[in-house]
Amino acid sequence: MATTKRKRGTTRADNQASSDDLLKYYREMLLIRRFEEKAGQLYGMGLIGGFCHLYIGQEAVVVGMQAAASDEDGVITSYRDHGHMLATGMDPAGVMAELTGREGGYSRGKGGSMHMFSKEKNFYGGHGIVGAQVPLGTGIAFSYKYREENKVCMTYLGDGAVNQGQVYEAFNMAALWELPVIYCIENNQYAMGTSTQRHSSSPDLYERGKAYGIPGEQVDGMDVLAVKAAGERAVEHCRADKGPYILELKTYRYRGHSMSDPAKYRTKDELDKMRKEHDPIDMVKKLLIDGNIVDEAGLKDIDKEVKAEVAKAAEFAQNSPEPDVSELFTDILIDA
Amino acid sequence: MPIEVLMPALSPTMTEGTLAKWNVKEGDTVASGDVIAEIETDKATMEVEAVDEGTIGKLVIDAGTENVAVNQVIAYILEEDEDASALDNVSASSEPKKDAAPAKEEDDSSEDAPAASSSNAAPVSASGAIERSEAEPRAMSVMNSTQDEKSYSSFKTQTVREALRDAMAEEMRTDEKVFVMGEEVAQYQGAYKVTQGLLDEFGDKRVIDTPITEHGFTGLATGSAFMGLKPVLEFMTFNFAMQAIDQIINSAAKTLYMSGGQLGCPIVFRGPNGAASRVGAQHSQCYASWYAHCPGLKVVAPWSAADAKGLLKAAIRDPNPIVFLENEIMYGQSFEVPDDEDFVLPIGQAKIEREGTDVTIVAFSIMVGKALKAAEQLAEQGISAEVINLRTIRPLDVNTIVRSVMKTNRLVTVEEGWHFSGIGAEIASVAMEHAFDYLDAPVARVTGEDVPMPYAANLEALALPQDSHIVAAAKAVCYR
Repeated sequence: MATTKRKRGTTRADNQASSDDLLKYYREMLLIRRFEEKAGQLYGMGLIGGFCHLYIGQEAVVVGMQAAASDEDGVITSYRDHGHMLATGMDPAGVMAELTGREGGYSRGKGGSMHMFSKEKNFYGGHGIVGAQVPLGTGIAFSYKYREENKVCMTYLGDGAVNQGQVYEAFNMAALWELPVIYCIENNQYAMGTSTQRHSSSPDLYERGKAYGIPGEQVDGMDVLAVKAAGERAVEHCRADKGPYILELKTYRYRGHSMSDPAKYRTKDELDKMRKEHDPIDMVKKLLIDGNIVDEAGLKDIDKEVKAEVAKAAEFAQNSPEPDVSELFTDILIDA
Repeated sequence: MPIEVLMPALSPTMTEGTLAKWNVKEGDTVASGDVIAEIETDKATMEVEAVDEGTIGKLVIDAGTENVAVNQVIAYILEEDEDASALDNVSASSEPKKDAAPAKEEDDSSEDAPAASSSNAAPVSASGAIERSEAEPRAMSVMNSTQDEKSYSSFKTQTVREALRDAMAEEMRTDEKVFVMGEEVAQYQGAYKVTQGLLDEFGDKRVIDTPITEHGFTGLATGSAFMGLKPVLEFMTFNFAMQAIDQIINSAAKTLYMSGGQLGCPIVFRGPNGAASRVGAQHSQCYASWYAHCPGLKVVAPWSAADAKGLLKAAIRDPNPIVFLENEIMYGQSFEVPDDEDFVLPIGQAKIEREGTDVTIVAFSIMVGKALKAAEQLAEQGISAEVINLRTIRPLDVNTIVRSVMKTNRLVTVEEGWHFSGIGAEIASVAMEHAFDYLDAPVARVTGEDVPMPYAANLEALALPQDSHIVAAAKAVCYR
């Protein structure tokens, strides 16, 4: 899926990340995958309720983008948000406990899978209305500019959200006022069950900012190094006060839209091909092995560590009590 | 210990399903993500993936078995250091595991949790049950932080328009985080000239003309408020805010709660609300009950210039999202306003504009003026009306309303909006809950007629509440 249409700067071949970086990306992507698998399992056990949208398959997108950003930069996304939270460094135990609706969750059990936040990690949700996070993220970028902070807001949206009107309202103002916002379109090729071909008049979503003069790039979102390289170009653009930037990250979700989606709108072959030939974690694994950075035993150690971390999170999420009933009435208004 | 593979719940409502097919057999090695089985749920056929890696030690449930309960063990996976002998220790129980799914079970029997919608007659909501169950109505929490305007010694005559502008300017001078945004607020000086002069004083960084893009700029301003900025967002009229109501309710009002208190939203949504004059159905609607319906918002509706000044300053200082409903017809009307930059009115406190003993008339915004006119006419007919200017719709000043009703024993509510689920309906409920024994007549509601606003002058006048309607309602509840 090497679909970088506007090749600029570096490509994977001449952009070998350092060994430490590769190991870091491997570990971060693996953490997201194992976390999501565990979330799926807990959902199956009835410990997680409602909607639960898993990020499996798309890990390279957020890990690559975060590798290009600084810790001070903001992140905002839609309801498929667990991966973003882990990538910003939020505690897996706190995320999992929110999924189980417990006191130890990031929103103390009041937000759930789709509504989680961490001011400390500059993660601003977790939004359940498709596209709503786009003007909100643009507003976060507005605050950076207003306060002259030279930060960037990574605003993630899916290929489904690109057809919401408010996305273009936000594009227009971001370009007009040169706001430091990167619109990261995670094109996983299905808006719930409707394929991009069936919902989008043009398949090239990176061009959706053209009318506003927003530069866009299409990137192989299964390749963490390609994502990071594109992310760095976008961040540089924003930090230089040149306004917004669009990245269309071509990716794929292995699971259904949510836990109750059997994903009958695509073929098994399509999914198998993606998993076998374009898996973002396998790609980095190969680089690690081929580059003699780590051997199979070393990888196994990482797997064990990650698994243990996820197991710990799951345990916390099951043992943390449900929120106190008094929580029903807190956090509605701030005392003036 | 071998890893238990449990029958998964694959939808929020699934309790059992059919194990349609095994994709693996005993002895197969599996890795995380491998599809091991297919399960038919109440909605669809779903694949089950392995979460752990190892060797399939035992398939407990045969393919084709129906009605397999959620959380029942369906297979065991042996970890890499285990062999089949590890299975000797497990009993292939066919019972669902007891320790799973406590959350859902508790949901079904949450008797000790406060009931969200009580079937008891008096308290209409759980919050109401706590707040309202006391015999003597309690003062709202935000009172006494500021003085009423009567206590000031120096006054100046101002229009509502000037008072609103001064409120914004004064707050902008003291707080760099405050900025004004909206259509035509800067160079044009405001579509209704409310923001006149602000661009000159504060520059285009803080007085920002937007494109005509309500949904977008509302989301943008809300995002900036999450970051601690304090936007004052002008809607040219609240009719246009319907484009943006998702961001107002779903983002601005709910995020504090959804974030467990992490992310506040100090924003003011302001602009003219309700009917102006001869602008037809799409530009003449009162949104008070729409916004007042929603927890997480405060809803303020000034009548006089003093209200406008004192309440807008309070709204800008408030850490919560505030819907500030102005009225175009009031913009040009003049009132006495305390000549003091520290003049701020408390949100959540109504004002008795005229004292009386025979009937209480509760109104807000432009209807306060009509209620006062009606009170004069009633006085000529020997009826002493008390007129309450609500000032704030939510939180409602239950205390002031109930005390007045306890004195007059009769209540008339007045609003420009439609009657169905209107503010009058809420006030009537409040009176019933807290002053049932004091009421000598059913509460009367004076509202706009239940029609889209007509354009023709005669029809428009018929659709809106007039002094005469208020007089008639007051006389009716007094049985006169």
